[in-house]
Parts: sequence; structure tokens; C-alpha cells
Amino acid sequence: MTPAFLDESKALACVHCGLCLSSCPTYLETGNENDSPRGRIYLMRAIQAGKLGVDAEPVKHVDLCLGCRACETACPSGVQYGTLLEETRDHIEKHHKRSVFQTVLRRWIIERVFPFPWRTSVALLPVRVLRFLRLDGLLPGFARSMLELVPQRLAKRKLEAKRLAKGEAKGDVGFIEGCVMQVMFGETNESSAELLQRDGWNVVTPREQGCCGALYAHGGQLEKARECARKNIAAFEGTPLEAIIINAAGCGSTLVEYGELLKDDPAWADRAKAFSAKVKDLVSWLDEGGVKPTGDCSRVTYHDACHLCHAQGISTEPRRLVQARAGGEFVELTESDLCCGSAGSYNLTEPEMAERLQTRKVQNIIDSGAEVVVTTNPGCLLQIQSGLKKAGADHVRAVHIADYLKDEKG
Amino acid sequence: MRWIQTIPPDVKPSLQKTMVDRLASVVGRDAVISQESELVVYECDAYTMQKNLPTAVVLPATVEEVVQVVRVCNELGLPIIPRGAGTSLSGSVLAVDGGVMIALTRMNRILNIDVRNRRALVEAGCVNAWITREASPHGLFFAPDPSSQPACTIGGNIATNSGGPHTLKNGVTTNHVLGYEIVLPDGSLKWLGVGPDGGEDVEGYDLRGAAIGSEGMFGVVTRALVRLVKTPASFKTFLAVFDSVDQASHTVSDIIAAGIVPAALEMMDQVITRALEEAYKVGFPLDAGAVLIVELDGLPGGVEHQAKQVEAICAKNNAREVRLAKDDAERAALWKCRKRAFGAVGRLSPNYVTQDGVVPRSKVPTIMQFIREVSEKHQLRIPNVFHAGDGNIHPLILFDERDPDQVKRALLAGDEILTKCVELGGSVTGEHGIGAEKIDFMEKQFTKDDLEAMKKLRAVFDPDQRCNPHKMFPGAKRCAEFAQKKQVAV
Ligand SMILES: Cc1cc2nc3c(=O)[nH]c(=O)nc-3n(C[C@H](O)[C@H](O)[C@H](O)COP(=O)(O)OP(=O)(O)OC[C@H]3O[C@@H](n4cnc5c(N)ncnc54)[C@H](O)[C@@H]3O)c2cc1C
Ligand code: SF4
Ligand code: SF4
Repeated sequence: MTPAFLDESKALACVHCGLCLSSCPTYLETGNENDSPRGRIYLMRAIQAGKLGVDAEPVKHVDLCLGCRACETACPSGVQYGTLLEETRDHIEKHHKRSVFQTVLRRWIIERVFPFPWRTSVALLPVRVLRFLRLDGLLPGFARSMLELVPQRLAKRKLEAKRLAKGEAKGDVGFIEGCVMQVMFGETNESSAELLQRDGWNVVTPREQGCCGALYAHGGQLEKARECARKNIAAFEGTPLEAIIINAAGCGSTLVEYGELLKDDPAWADRAKAFSAKVKDLVSWLDEGGVKPTGDCSRVTYHDACHLCHAQGISTEPRRLVQARAGGEFVELTESDLCCGSAGSYNLTEPEMAERLQTRKVQNIIDSGAEVVVTTNPGCLLQIQSGLKKAGADHVRAVHIADYLKDEKG
Repeated sequence: MRWIQTIPPDVKPSLQKTMVDRLASVVGRDAVISQESELVVYECDAYTMQKNLPTAVVLPATVEEVVQVVRVCNELGLPIIPRGAGTSLSGSVLAVDGGVMIALTRMNRILNIDVRNRRALVEAGCVNAWITREASPHGLFFAPDPSSQPACTIGGNIATNSGGPHTLKNGVTTNHVLGYEIVLPDGSLKWLGVGPDGGEDVEGYDLRGAAIGSEGMFGVVTRALVRLVKTPASFKTFLAVFDSVDQASHTVSDIIAAGIVPAALEMMDQVITRALEEAYKVGFPLDAGAVLIVELDGLPGGVEHQAKQVEAICAKNNAREVRLAKDDAERAALWKCRKRAFGAVGRLSPNYVTQDGVVPRSKVPTIMQFIREVSEKHQLRIPNVFHAGDGNIHPLILFDERDPDQVKRALLAGDEILTKCVELGGSVTGEHGIGAEKIDFMEKQFTKDDLEAMKKLRAVFDPDQRCNPHKMFPGAKRCAEFAQKKQVAV
């Protein structure tokens, strides 16, 4: 008998109705039940029951899952697919032997470089040199697709430990900088802090904070994810805060789940719950009353980051904010809540599917007629920007919602 | 976790290799699934009481590929099983004796929306809800709305002649399919009914109706020309709350007797409303015995008039409260809830079987009472959510597959309820089909002559009985172990 790795009641919550099928990006692309949520849960249960081993085929289909959790939004039975996936991936990493290439990619590049801001900037240095010398074409195809995601200009920046509210202060909020955010999108962090200040909040950014642990949790390394969680919880316990703000949906969805992640650790369970309860995405904290429409607005659309809309159920607030700024120029995007293929490190582990979904997303954006596409997650931004470039759609800009709102607000 | 036994198909290794090679030469390697570890997910549909592995699954991308796949199967003498999304609730896609499953999931495009003539040409794997999504900007929609519409395919809808909450007024799938293309089991390609470029008239015999509702036994549907209807000018959607199922049932009869044909008339009992309230927080009263959703649509004046009548009828039957959805958002929330009711039951129990019977509308109170008795007798919870307007009941029998005795009792309870439906002058399926599940009831419902006539019709399309075999007709082969014990958990 295989050791029980799935929470049985959570696995049995799936009644095999299939209502989740057409919400799943990978199933839409391959048409294969094995690449669907219902199919994957079936595979997980088969592994648990000892009917299937932790072999190449089931692992391949679990690997192809984006972890986008669109299936949770669609599921009437309340299946917590994200939890089942993490439990299964944890089990796979312990019991499945991967190729040398995949191991290096997963254990070294993704888990040892990305979660550390300074390592990310060092690792990206050769990329910039190559690009400067216009030699990037010499790299193998796989590495090139990675390169395409690196913005032309990095904007590394750290926020000060405390910034004061503009005008009368309503109170203090904590701010999470995010590893990829601060290296590649320092300006967006600036904009976010600025918006909060204008909204009347003092912005506290503790030095001791670190990676949120999302990359570990999604990659099936739960113990390492817990380490990250403890570090962050401790970092934010010092000051009384009204909320802890995050502007990267991917990190946010992990931060709100610290309570679940540490529920079996008596020393940390309560502290984790208290921390998670305070975490708020920037878009659900900002007051749209402060956003004014601007006259000469381009046509704009909104892409739902999976980790905001599916993992955290937030989809109306950002639309309201964007609409407040865009007035009548807002258009809905077809399949707006279908994953763009970025999904954390998915680009690196499943480049082919990532590219198919990128192409699909970009086509929908172009068809919408918008010149600006707004979203809330660094991964989506990189993915959509590089996709637009590949498609030659230079007239469309992808921007983070904080940057979009900052310009005209106030 | 226990696993339910599946029986690997009995195919000679040499045939297996020939089959895989030949199928792959048509559709490509990545579109042929033949390893047991990847076939497992195809061993059942949304009816999970019986399971069996297909010999292979193919995922063709074009009509021509479907034709070639069917020809290969014909030459090799292999059964074929058309498959859409696999949301069937009666095991109609079960590979009883192995066979090649042809899944249409890669053929899911909307080929054309013809706004002027109000019709759409779609591939068979197109998801039902997508048609309305694309047509709604033009003020049109596709009327058949099974609760599975976000996932189920047009091919599956045609094969099971699907209905939904709004069929009461709009009619079922057959009323909205003008014509379709079908690959017959010998590999020939036919278009039945109105052609994609033709007018509304059909030359020669109109054979369109023949394969609608044939549960995949006549061939593989590849494309369909469907009718689009105009979105009604106005809606009024009520939620009426009652202390008892009886009161609600009488209200249903009275509404119909008054000559009103609501767009939809749906009932949910207490267990369901509680589960839904827990999931979606729409404000269902937790202590109500039953609620009705009544939707009226049409021109504003007429709707207004009927709304007054409906409110009066509800009051006469002692409705505790009648709420009107105040805007589109509230109306949408109500329907989302109703359509997700089956799934929400997953929150109450690890497994359930959805029964699908029909009784004359006047017999709704009788069958509801009977279901309560069956529930007590077998010590199983049986909530109800159904299309009250046409007497199409959906008792959901809750059980836990890990307990073999519960499985047995669940099967018995289902049998008893359906038998009662026939006794009351109704039928054993409203819309989910016979499939593998309800074969035993065919003889209860139809005479020998009826069954012979059906078999003869089938023989015209599928003389070798190779297309979705062992379904619908008594005497069909079963999964070996199921036939003996009708018990599946091991
Ligand atoms: C939660 C839930 C709610 C449901 N609600 C309703 C409802 O309200 N009304 C209703 O009528 N049904 C309902 N159903 C049942 C089911 O969804 C319908 O029967 C649906 O039409 C099946 O479509 P599918 O694409 O999933 O087909 P499948 O389940 O894959 O197949 C069903 C049958 O159609 C055949 N078939 C599929 N595609 C083709 C094709 N291209 N050519 C020929 N034959 C084909 C198969 O062989 C099989 O016999 C519900 C099911 C679920 C799980
Ligand atoms: S995950 Fe949910 S929607 Fe999907 S098959 Fe299971 S119960 Fe149904
Ligand atoms: S998480 Fe996303 S990719 Fe994975 S099964 Fe769910 S919908 Fe599909």
C-alpha cells in the first residue's frame, strides 16, 4: 500500500461530474482527459490506491498541470484541487526519479536562484551582457525562450523601511516586496507604495522578509515552503499592522495559505493564521473612490491572474479600479480568466504548453482591440509582454495595475 | 483508499500493436492513448458505478481523421465508442467490452455564426455553453441548457437529446438541431437534415431525428448545424419558498393548469437548498421544506400579467415567501446555483447516483412521498432537485463507495424508485439516457415489439452492432462482475 499522501476526504470530494473540464487550459489544448482536473484527481487517487505507480505517465500529466486552479472556481463540489496538487507533487518529488536535466532545472535554477533577489540579479547578469553584445541568438532554443521573458531593462529597487502617508494617516500597513518583483519590477513596487501613501497609509517594509515560498510549495517542497513562511511571519510580527499588502498575486495566494501550510506545527499554527488573515492584495485594499477617469484614455482590457481570481476569488475589485480610471474605454477580454501559461516556473519546466497558452492569450488580447492590457502578477506581465512582442503587436502594452493606476490617480 | 475493479480489455498483443500503429498513422502518436496507465481515466463517465477500460482512445482533430479512424476500426473489427466530455450520468460512454473510444474533444470549434439566418455551424466537440457565449453579443442564444452545459458537448447533447431547466418552454435538443454530419460505423460520411448551406427544407427523407437520442449507437457525429433563438425581451424570475414539498408540487400543477408555460419551473428540497446555501450564500432559507424557481420570459406586458397570476397561485398554496430576482446579477446567481446543484451534493457525501425518471405532473406529490419511504427503508439520504414543470425527477441517492453494503442499497433504492415511475405511468429516463445503467428497465417500459422496432432501426445504421455496443438493449453484455453481483466496490 502506498503511504497515504492525499487527504482522503478532500480527494473524495470530487464526484467525477466533469463540470471543471472546459475551464482547464491544458485540457482545452490537448483534449486529453489525463490533462484535465477530473482526470488528474483520478490519477492521484489511483496512485494513492496503489493501482498506479509513481511512473512516467501519471507524473507527466501532473507536471503539465499549471496549478492555475481554474478548476476550483468551476467546481460545484468545493474540491480543493490546489491542496491535492501540492500533496501529490510532494509525493512525486520524494518517490519519482527525474532526468538529470529536470533535476538541475527544478532543484537548482528554480528553487535556488529565483527565491533570492540578489541571486536572480546575478543570474540575469550574463543574459544582459549577451543581449548587449547581441549574441543571444547563439543560445539553444530552450534558453532563448527563457530570455524572452527577461525585461529589456531591469528596475531593481528596495523600498525604505517606512514611508509615511500623504496627508492624514489612517494607519500602518505592511508591504511585501516579492523576489521577482523587486528585481524586475522595482518601479511597480514604487507605484504600489505611492498609491497606498496617497490612500492615507504608512507603508512598513521590514528588512527581514524573504521569499514567500510559492515556488517551493508549487514544486512539491512543502518543508522548504514552511521555512519561508516562518521567516516572514516573524518579520511582520514586530509592528501592529492593519494589513499586509502584496501586489503579486502569485505570492499573495501562498501568503493567504500560511495558516493551512503550518496548521500541524503547534508553535506556529496560530501565528500563521493571524498572518494570513491580514494579507490583502493591493487591489482589494485600495479604495476605488480615489481613482478618477482620465479624458484621453486608450482602450484597455484586463487579464485575470490565476492566483488572484481562481486562488483568491478576486475578480470584481480590479475591474472596478480599472474601469474607474478608464471610463468607457474598458472592454472585456475573451477567456480573461484562462491562464497565460506563465504559472510561476512553468515556462521553464513545460515550455511547449507555456507557449501554446501564451499564443492563445495574446490572440485574444489582439482580438479585443485593446491597446493596454492590465494585470496583477509579474509572471503574467512577463509572459504577455514577450508574447505580444513575438506576435509583432507593438501597439499593445501590458502593465501592472499599480503602474496603470498611479499615473492618473490623485 | 479502495479502488473499484476494472477489467482490462481482452485484446491479443499482436492486434493491439497493429491497432495502435494504424490509428497513429491516421491521427499521430500523441493522439492515440493505449497504455493502461493513461486509459484509467477513461474507464468511466460521470456515472461511476461501473468501470471498464477501453482498448484505446483516439483524439482526432478533423472530420477526415474521424472517417479514417472509423475505417481502421471497421477493418480490424473493433468496437467504436463516441465520446464527448464524458458527463453522461448513465454510463453511456462505458467501454463495456473494450473498444476504441473516439473522443471529439479536439474538434471543438465554432465554425460559423450566421446571425441573419439565426444558426451556427459547430464541430461536435464544441462545448454547449460556448455557443451562447459567442451568440449573445448578437442577441441570440442556444436554447438547450443542460446543467452540465459549461462542459458537455454538442455531440453528447445530440446523442442523448439533452434537455435542461429551460426545455419546458423551449424544447429539447432535437428542436434546436437543424442537421448534422455523421460518420457511420462503416466509415461512410453522411449529412442528415438541413445542410450547412441549404434552406430550411430537406431533400428526400428527413432522417435527422433518427440518430438524435441514439446514445452514440448510430455513428460518430462530427459537425452540427444548430438553431439560435432570440434572447427574450424581458424576464421575471421568482424564488418561492414553501414549508412542504407537497405545497410546492401543487403549485406546479396549478401553474400549468392555469395555462401558463413558464420558461423554467424547478424544484429543490431542503437538503439541496442547504447544501447550495453553504456553497454559494444566495440567501436560501435553511428551514424551508422546498423552494421553486419560476422563470417567465417574453414581452414585458405578458410577463407582467403572468407574474401576477403566479404570485396568486403561490399564495393560494401557502407559499411562505415569494422573492423576485431584482436584476440580471441576482437572476444569474440563482441559476448558477440551480445548475450546480448536483455537484454541490458532493459536499454532503463522497458519492451519489443521480436518478432520472419521469412521472405525470399530477403524480409528483406521490413519487416524492415514495422517495421519502425508500430513503427511510434503505437508510440513505435522497435529496431531490428537478424539472418540476415536466415531471422529470432527479433524486440523488447519497452513498459511500467504500462501504459495499451502502453501494448495494443505493442500487436497490434506485431500482425501486424507477420501477415506481413506470407504475405511475411515467418513464425511466427524462434526459440522461439508458446507457449501461438502466438496461434492465427497458423491458419494463417497452413491449417486445417496441424493442424489435428500435433494434431494426439501429441495424440500418450499424448492422454489426459495433458502435457503442452493449448499451440500451436487454441481453447486452455487462462488465462481468457487475452482471453477477451488481456490486462494484471490492
Ligand atoms: C452535473 C451534471 C448535470 C447534468 N444535467 C443534465 C441536464 O440538465 N439535462 C441533461 O439532459 N443531461 C444532463 N446531464 C447529463 C449529460 O451531461 C448530458 O447527457 C450531455 O449531453 C452529455 O454530453 P457529453 O459531451 O458529456 O457526452 P458523453 O457523456 O461523452 O456521451 C454521452 C453519450 O453521447 C454519445 N456521444 C458523445 N459524443 C458523440 C458524438 N460526437 N457522436 C455520437 N455520439 C456521441 C456517447 O457515445 C454517449 O452515448 C448532466 C450531467 C452532469 C454530470
Ligand atoms: S473537480 Fe469538481 S467539477 Fe471537477 S469532476 Fe471533480 S467534483 Fe466535478
Ligand atoms: S490547476 Fe489549472 S491546469 Fe491544473 S487541473 Fe486545474 S484548471 Fe487544469
